[in-house]
Amino acid sequence: MRRWLAVVVASLALASSTTGCSQGTDKAKLTVFAASSLTATFTSLEAQFERDHPSVDVVVSFGSSTTLAEQISAGAPADVIATADGTSMSVVQDAHQLASAPVRFATNTLVIAVPAGNPGDVTGVRSLAATDFVMCAVSAPCGAAGAQLLRNAGVTADPKSFEPDVAAVLTKVELEEADAGIVYVTDARSAADKVDAVPVPSADNVVNSYFVAPVTGSDQAPLATAWVNLVTSPAGTSVLAKAGFGTP
Amino acid sequence: MRPDSAHVLGRAPAALVIPAVAAVALLVVPVAAVFVRAPWSTLPEQLSKSGASTALRLSLETTLITTAVCLLVGVPMSWCLARVDFPGRRVVRALVALPLVLPPVVGGVALLLAFGRNGVFGRALDSAFGITLPFTTAGVVVAQTFVALPFLVIGVEGAFRSSDSRYDDAAASLGATRWYMFRRVTVPLALPGIVSGAVLCWARALGEFGATITFAGNFPGTTQTMPIEIYNEFQTDPDSAIALSLVLIVVSVLILVLLRERWLSGVS
Repeated sequence: MRRWLAVVVASLALASSTTGCSQGTDKAKLTVFAASSLTATFTSLEAQFERDHPSVDVVVSFGSSTTLAEQISAGAPADVIATADGTSMSVVQDAHQLASAPVRFATNTLVIAVPAGNPGDVTGVRSLAATDFVMCAVSAPCGAAGAQLLRNAGVTADPKSFEPDVAAVLTKVELEEADAGIVYVTDARSAADKVDAVPVPSADNVVNSYFVAPVTGSDQAPLATAWVNLVTSPAGTSVLAKAGFGTP
Repeated sequence: MRPDSAHVLGRAPAALVIPAVAAVALLVVPVAAVFVRAPWSTLPEQLSKSGASTALRLSLETTLITTAVCLLVGVPMSWCLARVDFPGRRVVRALVALPLVLPPVVGGVALLLAFGRNGVFGRALDSAFGITLPFTTAGVVVAQTFVALPFLVIGVEGAFRSSDSRYDDAAASLGATRWYMFRRVTVPLALPGIVSGAVLCWARALGEFGATITFAGNFPGTTQTMPIEIYNEFQTDPDSAIALSLVLIVVSVLILVLLRERWLSGVS
């Protein structure tokens, strides 16, 4: 029985290593985990990075910062992580998975996205109490910020649903399933052809900070550092600013 | 199998045993890992959190309603597919089995486009009756029914088709109507298949995540079923997610064992 198991384990290991090779072009692969609100900007930075490093294939995996942080702490093979808040970055840092200190590279604020034409007549945070609105789950940075926004405005309204990430919130608004959704300024801007944005006064608004850092145990440590440098470079900052991110 | 059959047939070949062991390991090790890593010392606190009991209650309620709905419409549909010769029967059979292979998230998107507030039928539903399904418990039942119904139909239709239709002929020759026949002959003969189909259907509904979160959303007490609560908790408090997973594993095993002893062993 024990011998069988050894054979099984060995053959599984062999199988996984060969599939690893068979995917191989001879390009180096840089894996970046990034908050889903960075989708548009990091996709364009990916193209730029691959132009500057023709022998490198950048693979960006977007998701909720909290999920990505959990995945890296559990040993997921990422070379760089970029989160939409400090909390999930410190989860990775506390798990001793960062190769160097995280860099704060952008800020983002909140806005209320409404379907084109604003059918629910949303005028601001206080009017959310009377509408069917959705927001991110409080475990995700956009949800934590959204909850803070409601507290700042003194609104005790429950959303219709806590969506897993900001992209799902935006979709529910685009499909007009919800009359409003709490999203980042950058999300509303990137979907400006499908949703309108109701601004939130800066007194109530919440500023989220974005952090980027290389992950320990990466085979691509120099490339990981190069990615962090690109994100924080004037070129990177300009891509981020164009999308509506603030500079830290 | 006779006790000496191993003697006669020789050892099981390694070419079959090794993949079989790998398969068993793949299926059993993850479930065992939940038990190994479960936060046993804090389990009572983890489970007495209000979120856990709310989600468990919602899951049990919605899946039981879903199973009832599936039986109510699925058994008649299976009967029609098995016993009524109508044009396009094979097409209908293929179409209703589609959710079996469809990714549940796709099912959720499709449901939203059909029954969403702004959907093809949902808009009419809203303007005529003021009914909107997304973000409601009824929406959870609809999502679960969409993914679970084919599991019932596959089992029940198979049972109807394999039970001998000559019993129906005999009943008809004795003057039974088709409705009487259905109730007193066809269904009793197919009962084991109906029960196992219902169990599979219930289990699928209990595990439903993708279609539910996409179509019905995620709000405690309304649409946040156990799998969604586990997904949420895993982001912030993995121990709590493990404790909830444990509950779902135990509930699943318990009901399968109970049903097996009460029904399946006796009748199959």
